[in-house]
Amino acid sequence: MSSVTVDVSYKKRKTYTWLYFLLPSIAIMLVFFIYPILLTFYYSFTNLALTGEAAKELKFIGFDNYIRMFEDPTVRISIWNTLIFLIGSAVIGQQVLGFLVALLMKHKNKMFRRVIGTIVLAGWVTPEIVCALCLYSFFGDDGTLNAIITFFGIPEVTWLYTVPMITIILANIWHGTAFSMLVFQAALDDVPSEIEEAAVVDGASKWQILTKIIIPYIKDTITTNMMLVTLQTLGVFGLIYAMTGGGPGTSTTTLPIFMYNQAFVNYQLGYGTAISLLLLLIGIILSLFYIRSMKE
Amino acid sequence: MNTKQRLIIYRIMPYLILAVIGICFLLPLLWVFVASIDSNAMQSLKVPSRITGANYVDVITNSVNQRAFIIGLIMSVGQAVIVVILALLAAYPLSRYQLKYKKSFMLTILFMTSLPITAVMVPVYQLFLSIKLYDNIIGVILFFVASSMPYGIWMLKNFMDAVPSDLEEAAWIDGASVLVGIRTVVAPLMVPGICTVAIFTFSGSWGNFFVPYILLQTPENFPASLKLYQFFGQYGMADYGKLAAFSVLYAIPSVVMYILSQQYMSKGFGLQGGMKG
Repeated sequence: MSSVTVDVSYKKRKTYTWLYFLLPSIAIMLVFFIYPILLTFYYSFTNLALTGEAAKELKFIGFDNYIRMFEDPTVRISIWNTLIFLIGSAVIGQQVLGFLVALLMKHKNKMFRRVIGTIVLAGWVTPEIVCALCLYSFFGDDGTLNAIITFFGIPEVTWLYTVPMITIILANIWHGTAFSMLVFQAALDDVPSEIEEAAVVDGASKWQILTKIIIPYIKDTITTNMMLVTLQTLGVFGLIYAMTGGGPGTSTTTLPIFMYNQAFVNYQLGYGTAISLLLLLIGIILSLFYIRSMKE
Repeated sequence: MNTKQRLIIYRIMPYLILAVIGICFLLPLLWVFVASIDSNAMQSLKVPSRITGANYVDVITNSVNQRAFIIGLIMSVGQAVIVVILALLAAYPLSRYQLKYKKSFMLTILFMTSLPITAVMVPVYQLFLSIKLYDNIIGVILFFVASSMPYGIWMLKNFMDAVPSDLEEAAWIDGASVLVGIRTVVAPLMVPGICTVAIFTFSGSWGNFFVPYILLQTPENFPASLKLYQFFGQYGMADYGKLAAFSVLYAIPSVVMYILSQQYMSKGFGLQGGMKG
């Protein structure tokens, strides 16, 4: 702000307006976003239910839901499934594949880059239920993958029943890789070419350039991207639900699916909320790390 | 292997790997296109028995589907418009004034952009039951608005920081109020930012399945995403052609929005935007 008059003018206007301007946004976030988060904490200590005796009278039951969670073997299975899903599809799958594609595409034929880039992006742009359908038909018993392998004389595999976790991991990689690819393309463009050229002159191998120069240079991007991708994957519901419904059995039941089943299939809202709190806490911790990485 | 051969392999390998990755990504997608114009579509990708537009005609002329698409559009457009207006208002004092807790407020906003919405849906459902917003399209829009407000505020505040305040001051001298100044001076200079926020919120809710799935019950209220899921469950095994045609039609707005967003995102995709005051 350059002149004194402007300062006065801003200050005068400020006293009247800032509250009115912020109020609608804050109000809507408080009611529909922050209040539900607080309710999550509260409901997880109650016997909230949709049917039966508990539906009539909300009772505070202390840590019962949490004790039940620790004793419930399905909780352990879903935490385990969530971890495998996160590591397989987000941390390793999308990150590594996205990085690989971005790295290999550098300095390649423009037309080729555009074609590959568009194909990978298409999976990202496609809504998740359509993704689920595409991948469901790909892995289905009479699907494309089986058609391909039987063509080569390999017997059919019931992918969705035999290796359901792998199918949903691959589906999520298919859906999400483009995001990491875009992030890493931007980051790789920022690596100064002089450093790379100097290393080549000094006789560094491609592998050395990658591990000693490129990766250390884009370290912060890798951390931030890892956090974002993990957060996005943590909440994935529709893709899994439409492809496998969490099954067969509990083999693809991640925390969001388990939460849904407890709350809306078994009508145990209180217990379902306790599970979502677990999800929320993981999200909060990851978000805090994410903000720290952005602040630096 | 001599040096020349090795050099050729180094040259070709990346193309080969990328081509394989490309094919793996393409196959599932190709199926949905081919099946949608196949008169006898199967679960597997195959050459169409006969190329036909009948699947599309059937989907488009079905009034139930039309309704689902219109509801989806109302939800997503409604959400995008409300988010832009409210976020623009909120961004103004955050960008222009010295506020005491601005920094912590912005950090909280950034924090909220990354929370998994999935985790709050059970309490939201209970809340909507008690305030009579359950199974109500307006309720879904309100929740969509609230959940993308943090993103809208964060983006528009940063875009607004780049708009110089001189022009606005000139408008004040001409007697314009703050609101008029925003509408006639600031907002027109932020069109790229406004479009980016509108496009991303639109795509986010258009593609969202979980939120309407939890908050709606009556099939007449279902947006396209839910209709597709219902379709998938009921007739999926029988009628792949129509299912694929519905999917393609449903994906079109998302694709169009993405292409539009490219026009406004010339700055690329860096994550290092960082915090500004």
